Amino acid sequence: MTMMSATESATEPTRRDFLFIATGAAAAVGVIGALWPLVAQMNPDASTIAAGAPIEVDLSPIAEGQVIKVFWRSKPIFINHRTKKQITDAQDVDVAKLRDPQPDSARIKAGHEQWQVLIAICTHLGCIPLADQGPYDGYFCPCHGSVYDTSGRIRQGPAPLNLALPPYEFVSDTKIRIG
Amino acid sequence: MSAHATYQPRNAFMRWLERRLPIGGLVYSSFVVYPTPRNLNYWWTFGGILTFMLAVQILTGIVLAMHYMPHVDYAFDSVEHIMRDVNYGWLLRYAHANGASMFFLAAYIHVFRGMYYGSYKEPREVLWILGVIILILMIMTGFMGYVLPWGQMSFWAATVITNLFSAIPVVGEAIVTWLWGGYAVGEPTLNRFYALHYLLPFVIVGVVGLHIWALHVAGQNNPDGIEPQSEHDTVAFTPYATIKDSFLIIVFCLLFAWFVFYIPNFLGHPDNYIPANRSVTPAHIVPEWYYLPFYAILRAIPNKLLGVIALAASLVVLFFLPWLDTSRVRSARYRPVYRQFFWAFVVVCIGLGWLGSKPPEGNYVLFARIFTVYYFAYFLIILPVLGRVERTKPLPTSIAQAVLGTGLPIGAPAPPPSAHKA
Repeated sequence: MTMMSATESATEPTRRDFLFIATGAAAAVGVIGALWPLVAQMNPDASTIAAGAPIEVDLSPIAEGQVIKVFWRSKPIFINHRTKKQITDAQDVDVAKLRDPQPDSARIKAGHEQWQVLIAICTHLGCIPLADQGPYDGYFCPCHGSVYDTSGRIRQGPAPLNLALPPYEFVSDTKIRIG
Repeated sequence: MSAHATYQPRNAFMRWLERRLPIGGLVYSSFVVYPTPRNLNYWWTFGGILTFMLAVQILTGIVLAMHYMPHVDYAFDSVEHIMRDVNYGWLLRYAHANGASMFFLAAYIHVFRGMYYGSYKEPREVLWILGVIILILMIMTGFMGYVLPWGQMSFWAATVITNLFSAIPVVGEAIVTWLWGGYAVGEPTLNRFYALHYLLPFVIVGVVGLHIWALHVAGQNNPDGIEPQSEHDTVAFTPYATIKDSFLIIVFCLLFAWFVFYIPNFLGHPDNYIPANRSVTPAHIVPEWYYLPFYAILRAIPNKLLGVIALAASLVVLFFLPWLDTSRVRSARYRPVYRQFFWAFVVVCIGLGWLGSKPPEGNYVLFARIFTVYYFAYFLIILPVLGRVERTKPLPTSIAQAVLGTGLPIGAPAPPPSAHKA
């Protein structure tokens, strides 16, 4: 008699059926538990996570109109000491007409409008845009022609979203912590 | 043996696939309906265990390779990085290192099973030879893998084992230089060992495929050593052998898990946690436990070239076993005298292993020599002679008769029932 014969009529499940299903479920849990480390090992390891700890950047050497680039978690970050004109250009905008509507106030820290901190990765396909370029004197990505304004918002070209903001805060008036 | 039932897929996709690539039918005939002798005991589950361990080693090895760096300046640190930083890296490393030990343990049990029950005899000679080839590939793979962490033992084991080839007259030194890729074990050696260590397991997979194919052509041996004569002598592989194999794989994994989680460094050598230093040789160089018997044979012979030849011969002699054993009777169950020599052989192998871990001095050397003599005498003198002079016990008429005592077909009424039904 084989164990694989299926009952044709709708009889009660037998003890054997219960044991089969229970054993199968236990085995499945065991197999998933055994295979999980093989999958999890590809996630960032402790040393990579430690290297991604927050960094502090001193803003005092950055002159007005100057843009510097730092790295945090292997991502390039623009820190732009905006001029007065760049700030007003960023604020005098009909937000509703933007592709990715966002007021400039949502992209800076209150009381520090002259400091623009952006992740310098074009939201199209990932190139680093050029600073102080393009028709808005903001950023221009040479790969496929995306144009960002002085707030880092997308204005022309194929990129779908504004330049992203990293998590950061002002430790003092002349120092920020990114991350 | 041909399959008794042909694969009739009920699923429409399987019917479509079966016409184009009959892999469903292959699996069905090889592992579902495949006629399996009904008297197989648990020693027959080690083939399945070995397949499982091969898969474990390959999977853990590939994920370790994602983090390991095969450069003399980074190798040791990359292994520590795996142990400390990589998610579950400690588990993967211990599983791979202890997995190698478990792999060899299962392999030796599997070989001893073949020797006891005469599984190497006609018509399974090629099956046996393929198995010896797999064992040699395993030995090479394990050796190269042990070099990769670039600890003191890794480096000096590499130096000693590659130097073995210098015993070959005329071309020996050139071969050693060729193996090293330099004037000593170094960066080129480490790199090529990494490449080959990644390659050979897949070669093993190929030879295992041939091994299983050769097995299925001849059919499995069984503890009584007589061929199945009718359907009553066999059962379908699934569910009987499948469940029996799965059960012992799980028990084997308990032993494996015991090492990995509680004593992961027990089988290893602490000196391998010291980064390789080419100016200091450790006081006692020993290989891992699974190479110790061969190491003992090598050191037992006082002559360099003859020692190397003895080491090689201890493996090569296995190829000739089907022809060295002249007995017509397969299984040691029916060979009472052979059985005693066999168990003495097992004790000798374990003894050689223990002696290999000892320093080559005094009585250790004496006993290593005695045991080496027995090792070769077993194959070259005892087996050929015994086959001709031994009085064997009478064989059962069939497997069914040996198992059931009655030779009744499956499903026939049993002899008078006992107290209660199960």
